[in-house]
Amino acid sequence: MQVCTLISGRTLEQAKGMHGGKNNDGYKKAVEKAFLSPLLLEKLGLSEGEEILLTTPYGSVRVKTCADMGLPEDVVFMPMGPMVNLLVGPETEGTGMPSFKGLKVEVDKAR
Amino acid sequence: MLVIKNGRVYDPINGVKGEIRDIYIEGGKIVGKPEHITKDTISIDADGMIVMPGGIDMHAHIAGSKVNMGRKLCPEDHYEHFRVAERGLRSGVGSRVPTTFMTAYRYVEMGYTTVVEAASAPLVTRHTHEELRDMPSVDKAILITMGNNEILMDRISQGKIDEARDIVAWLLKSTGGYGVKVVNPGGVENWKWGGNVESWDDEVRHFDISSRKLINTLVTIVDELKLPHSVHLHGINLGLPGNADTTAEIIKDIPGRLHLCHLQFMSYGRNKKGGLRSDAWTVAEVLNGHPNVTMDVGQIVFGNAVTMTSDGPLEYRIQKMTGHKWCNDDVECETGGGIVPLEYKIKSVSSAVQWITGMELFLLTKDPWQLALTTDHPNAGPFFCYPQVVRLLMDKDYRDHFISLLPPKAFKGSVLRELNREYTLYEIAIITRAAPAKILGLPEKGHLGIGADGDVAVYDPNQFGKRKCLCSFKPCLRALDFPSWVIKGGEIVVRDGVILRDIPGVVYRVNPSYDGLIEDKIREDFERYYTLSFDNYPVQEEYLKDTKGVACQ
Amino acid sequence: MKIEKNVVCTFCGCLCDDITLTIENNNITKVEKACANGRGLFEGYDPHFRAPRVNGKEVAFPEAIKEASNILSSARYPLIYGLSSTSVEAQRISVQLAETIGASIDSTSSVCHGPTGLAMQSVGESTCTLGEIKNRADLLVFWGCNPLVSHSRHFARYSAMPKGRFISEGRKDRKVVVVDVRRSETAKSADLFIQIRQGYDYEVLLAIKALLKGKVLSATEVGGVPTELLQQFVHTMKSCRYGVIFFGMGLTMTKGRDLNVREVFSLVRELNNYTRFSAMPMRGHGNVTGADQVMSWLCGYPFAINFSKGYPRYGPGEFTAVDLLSGREADALLVIASDPVAHFPAEAVRYIENIPSIVIDPVESLTAKIATVYFPTAMYGVDCEGTAYRMDSVPLRLKAPLERQRKSDEEVLEAIFEGVKEC
Repeated sequence: MQVCTLISGRTLEQAKGMHGGKNNDGYKKAVEKAFLSPLLLEKLGLSEGEEILLTTPYGSVRVKTCADMGLPEDVVFMPMGPMVNLLVGPETEGTGMPSFKGLKVEVDKAR
Repeated sequence: MLVIKNGRVYDPINGVKGEIRDIYIEGGKIVGKPEHITKDTISIDADGMIVMPGGIDMHAHIAGSKVNMGRKLCPEDHYEHFRVAERGLRSGVGSRVPTTFMTAYRYVEMGYTTVVEAASAPLVTRHTHEELRDMPSVDKAILITMGNNEILMDRISQGKIDEARDIVAWLLKSTGGYGVKVVNPGGVENWKWGGNVESWDDEVRHFDISSRKLINTLVTIVDELKLPHSVHLHGINLGLPGNADTTAEIIKDIPGRLHLCHLQFMSYGRNKKGGLRSDAWTVAEVLNGHPNVTMDVGQIVFGNAVTMTSDGPLEYRIQKMTGHKWCNDDVECETGGGIVPLEYKIKSVSSAVQWITGMELFLLTKDPWQLALTTDHPNAGPFFCYPQVVRLLMDKDYRDHFISLLPPKAFKGSVLRELNREYTLYEIAIITRAAPAKILGLPEKGHLGIGADGDVAVYDPNQFGKRKCLCSFKPCLRALDFPSWVIKGGEIVVRDGVILRDIPGVVYRVNPSYDGLIEDKIREDFERYYTLSFDNYPVQEEYLKDTKGVACQ
Repeated sequence: MKIEKNVVCTFCGCLCDDITLTIENNNITKVEKACANGRGLFEGYDPHFRAPRVNGKEVAFPEAIKEASNILSSARYPLIYGLSSTSVEAQRISVQLAETIGASIDSTSSVCHGPTGLAMQSVGESTCTLGEIKNRADLLVFWGCNPLVSHSRHFARYSAMPKGRFISEGRKDRKVVVVDVRRSETAKSADLFIQIRQGYDYEVLLAIKALLKGKVLSATEVGGVPTELLQQFVHTMKSCRYGVIFFGMGLTMTKGRDLNVREVFSLVRELNNYTRFSAMPMRGHGNVTGADQVMSWLCGYPFAINFSKGYPRYGPGEFTAVDLLSGREADALLVIASDPVAHFPAEAVRYIENIPSIVIDPVESLTAKIATVYFPTAMYGVDCEGTAYRMDSVPLRLKAPLERQRKSDEEVLEAIFEGVKEC
């Protein structure tokens, strides 16, 4: 198990998926995944495409992994959407904005 | 038909000086006395009351991109000032920068029925029209900023004056604008590189043209186009000690009609330490000899204000001076803008000097027809403080009391204490109604003669000061602040100071003629320098449904 | 067949207005000049008539309006939310509806650049329109944003690539710096990429400001960035002619939120003492800027507004949608052209499932799927006219290249507005 920081954001695939409708498989496929640095994958003993379990105080999800060379070792990136939002808490610190980026997340091999 | 009976009528354009008259309105217009009074005629008893045309604010920042940025910037301005939605009227908030409906209601509640938005960049004038649509019960007009327009400056520097004239006309037509506003000509363009202009002969960087050449050309163009309103100029060096000299210089030099806005900010001398003193004397003296030039004062009102102007470098300087929050907005190819909220403090020498300068301009300008009352809302103070200014002009004792509250240092070089002039109600009617209508060139406004718009304010002199002033300024006394009746376009919109309903207002625009080929001539430059398609630039008819053309003749 | 030119694309805040559409039998058969996202918007759109639904069943329009009006007028604390992908005309009537029923009204700003609004209200904002960048900017900084993905034509049309009046060589005359926690698509095309540790934007911005003011830092690195590199970056900013910082969710969605943006604005203010500098948020949805504008001119505040006392009150963190839903305060929800079920934290989404909701949206969103009443409407800028504001607050007229077969958002809202008055 590794403790990392979770961030979420737009991806081309996610945007494209939206045009097809959020009820379609294309969209689901686009948002139900997580990007990790190859180093982190290695640490977890995983290869790209295998599933991981992500856990925050707000929830837990199981998603497929993708390697991303651009990510630091301690950061996990997920496309914005309903999947990552299962991990996001509702506190907004008096601004209206929840922590879509910067949550501590436990990353584990899915069993 | 509506008749306002037995009021003391002040109608300077028709020479009526407080005589008892009946005013008849039908079909939205003032009409002559009919032979028979029909049964359904509504009669307003104005016995003992003052009857004037609806007030005209010829220079205020009420709508559009910059104003809205100011609203958003100052939530603290809104919390305590609100209006609940009731009786079919809309809600609103704000004091210095009120929301659109609130703005309309405050004007109407004061007996004002026409307001001019003083500066709108062509690129974002669609926005200005959108906001004006949400400002009922007052008629409006928009002045279009052109003093730093790059496509225009290209033509002027190349000597293609005919093309420049066509561009001015095309810009007015394609924005639904009413007049040409010039702000710090060339200075705003230079600010986009961090500079400014300091004299009329300073160059506009990269354009090989001086500030003087720019303003003189625009003044000539506007006269040639026969626009109803002259160039509306916010000159150079605004707010700086010694700027009375650059102001006097341009008044003497200008080759045509010119309106100088918020002249108070442009009429300062320099004291021995280089600081601010009033030099209204110099400016008024020159103005008195130049009937081709008119002005509005931009009187300071003590209390909170928000400075907002297209003069980007000026706002940069104000934020450096005050450290207050600051917005700047450079608008591509056209102009700039800035916003800084501030307070004019009665104990501050510089605020007091500014107040004195404005008062002196009011009292030293001999011909009231050359002058309009404004506070350059919200720059020198909010428009709803006009009744306080009116009182100061009419009541020497009150003015003296005010003067006694100011720091004595501020009076160095000032003649204000020696000025005993008191404005009469007739003169007040000139500077708040008749003169602005004449200066703007709106023939249906500012008077009560046959054919004029049925815009009338009826004040009960016993009710002066009845409305609690929003300014929370203890020495505030007011006159003409609480109309018993306001009639707009023949409809009663205010009774006993209470707004009854929203009615639509129009937006005045001009349609000067020009050579249509100009569009082809500038299309290429436009598409090279702007970030939107040339065809999407003009304000579409959908936004101009409530506009009314005023002829250029 | 007809060709429609200079069409505005409403996918993102760029509002590119040079799109050419080919239309056959009221279908868009060809989209030219748009990016992939824009093409998707036009090509994926189906303008056919679809009936409104109540509890999943198709009903006639008046029946749906009646149901929606009942929901709103019987609610004690209704919330109106969304507004970023609809026209100004629909936004105006939404505010009037909120005023009439005493609702809270909030736009998607609260989950994108709401914090930017808060920052602006505390220090101001030095900004410009996109054309000034095209014509003048020789330094572009992209901080916590990824325009190559989110605003695909931004580089080509407004920022990095175009030639301008004082930028004769386009890209060659400009330097592009990207600051981000990950090497994004945009970072890969930058001249300089500064990778900072996640959550350290505030510290890095403070360090930059200190260096700009000539302070010496004892730290050798800040937020994972060597001080020396920051010093070099400061020199680059000070010595440009006209610089701009574009910033995105990387600042507003992470620790610090409005404080991060506040530091960007105050850094830019400070930079104006050396050269000319602007800042600009990368606004996402096509007309989210319009929502800010409309609410500012009608309510005085850009988002997070409550009308329960009959006049607008402002309360970020209090009247914002996520807070009202996850705090279980709102008891009815009207969503206009947005999808909170897809984009809100799970706790808020679970609550939405428990209250009556009305959705007005051209596309059947995840929220529409669970709505009590759903109105499929026309798409602004495709089969419905209106106004939208670009990310730099330049307003544009939207055309309707396709013939309209469904009600517009504005029409539905007007009908509901009339409906609640009768309830």
